[in-house]
Amino acid sequence: MTEKTFIAGFGGQGVISLGQLWVYSGMKEGLEVTFFPFYGAEKRGGIARASVIVSSSEIASPLVTQADSVIVMNEDSLAICEEAVRKGGVLIVNSNLVKSAPRRSDIRVVKVACNELAEAIGDAKFANMVMMGALSRVTGAVKLDSFEAVLRSFFPESKHKFIPMNIKAVEAGKKAV
Amino acid sequence: MAEEKRLMKGNEAIGEAAIRAGCRAYFGYPITPQNELTAYMARHMLDLKRTFIQAESEVSAINMVFGAASTGARSMTSSSSPGISLKQEGISYACGADVPCVIVNVARSGPGLGGISPSQGDYFQSTRGGGHGDYYTFVLAPKSVQEAADLTYLAFDLADKWRVPVLILADGLIGQMMEGVVFPKERDPSSLPAKPWATGNQYKTHRPINHVTSLNLMPLELEAQNNRRFERYAEIAKSEVRYEEMNVDKAELILVAYGSSSRISLGAIQAAKALGIELGLFRPISLWPFPAKRMAELAAKGKRFLVVEMSKGQMVEDVRLAVNGKSPVDFYGRCGGVIPTEEEVLAEARRVLGK
Repeated sequence: MTEKTFIAGFGGQGVISLGQLWVYSGMKEGLEVTFFPFYGAEKRGGIARASVIVSSSEIASPLVTQADSVIVMNEDSLAICEEAVRKGGVLIVNSNLVKSAPRRSDIRVVKVACNELAEAIGDAKFANMVMMGALSRVTGAVKLDSFEAVLRSFFPESKHKFIPMNIKAVEAGKKAV
Repeated sequence: MAEEKRLMKGNEAIGEAAIRAGCRAYFGYPITPQNELTAYMARHMLDLKRTFIQAESEVSAINMVFGAASTGARSMTSSSSPGISLKQEGISYACGADVPCVIVNVARSGPGLGGISPSQGDYFQSTRGGGHGDYYTFVLAPKSVQEAADLTYLAFDLADKWRVPVLILADGLIGQMMEGVVFPKERDPSSLPAKPWATGNQYKTHRPINHVTSLNLMPLELEAQNNRRFERYAEIAKSEVRYEEMNVDKAELILVAYGSSSRISLGAIQAAKALGIELGLFRPISLWPFPAKRMAELAAKGKRFLVVEMSKGQMVEDVRLAVNGKSPVDFYGRCGGVIPTEEEVLAEARRVLGK
């Protein structure tokens, strides 16, 4: 099993955190993982992008060019995201912020109301975790079964009070697809 | 108990490995894409009562390394391409004075200030000495976060063993990406090799003065000094060559690549297999000493090569020297910070093979 995922959104949406938590969880589930953020002369509000791969065997290029799954967190990222997904791959869109319809017809499109579901939990900031739940359910690559323990070791103690809401967000994302 | 696997950036893993290898002093100056390494050392070296200094320039940082390493302390600096260019004078001095130290280059695109994206355009500079005078530096090229840690740890031992500067040649991809890494054990400072040549501590020992310098105004003496260093280089070339190879026996074409481009090549090899095309991989880990002997053996078996680099073609010259006309050597490269894709490399391999 190898799942190559490309993630994009605007800076501040938690694209990098989503990618890091995805591979961290994958690693804790015994997989080989790699996370590569597209670093550059980025600015607030610019597009944040990351390539993440989880695999049961050695990972070749860390750069995802033919993604099995692609996450689109905002409207501006849709164009680059559509290009990144392989034929037959899946495009998961945050339907609250992505209003245009994807043009490609050779891919599967899954819509998740990430912001709406996150706000129902308490804060739109959890939209990225809703999306991660959806990614887990759609791809099955990382199960996120022991997510609480993963969050406990990923975040410093001072952030542990947010763990229950993160878990709720992931669960909401799983149920949404 | 085995060490826990951690998820870390390549830059941070290099810092942690250096600390575990007994790095006593780190001197750096900020530059993208290696800043996390300097930041990691800033966070951890002082806690350990070791030395961390953000120097006023790269030139200053390498000369601080020279000074600290002359006293026998395991010392390191890091930078990225333009900053490494600035350090060349100091590296030449360290080579001339036989001062062991570790220099990390998390390379970016060039020439000049270039860009901040990953590149392998510093191969010539790294493997041909880089500064003035007759010398080489040991050059190790990691392909993953795990290897970045392992090779950094090894670099300190090699530097001490051979009394040479060791260069870790990574790039922005290796530095910025996160992967799982298991670290080697923390070195016990008392287990590190003795350095009877080092300066300092004379008040305790009353030994004769040690001079650590690259200066020698007597041509015959300087020639003899250089010759002794080149005898060590010959020993290094015999005993310290490192490489990895995969599927070279079956391969119709062997991809030759180091660091990041070897990962991309591996992807091309996997994709080729699905099409029934057998490709192999030859990955130099030590770029100097270059695994020329093994490449010559493969060439003598009639193997042909496609060298893949994130440059206009630099390592390809070493491959051609090693192969010495015995088999065809093709080249594929992207530069300017463009990372070649697995699909591009596969297409080039198929073009070379006519398949």
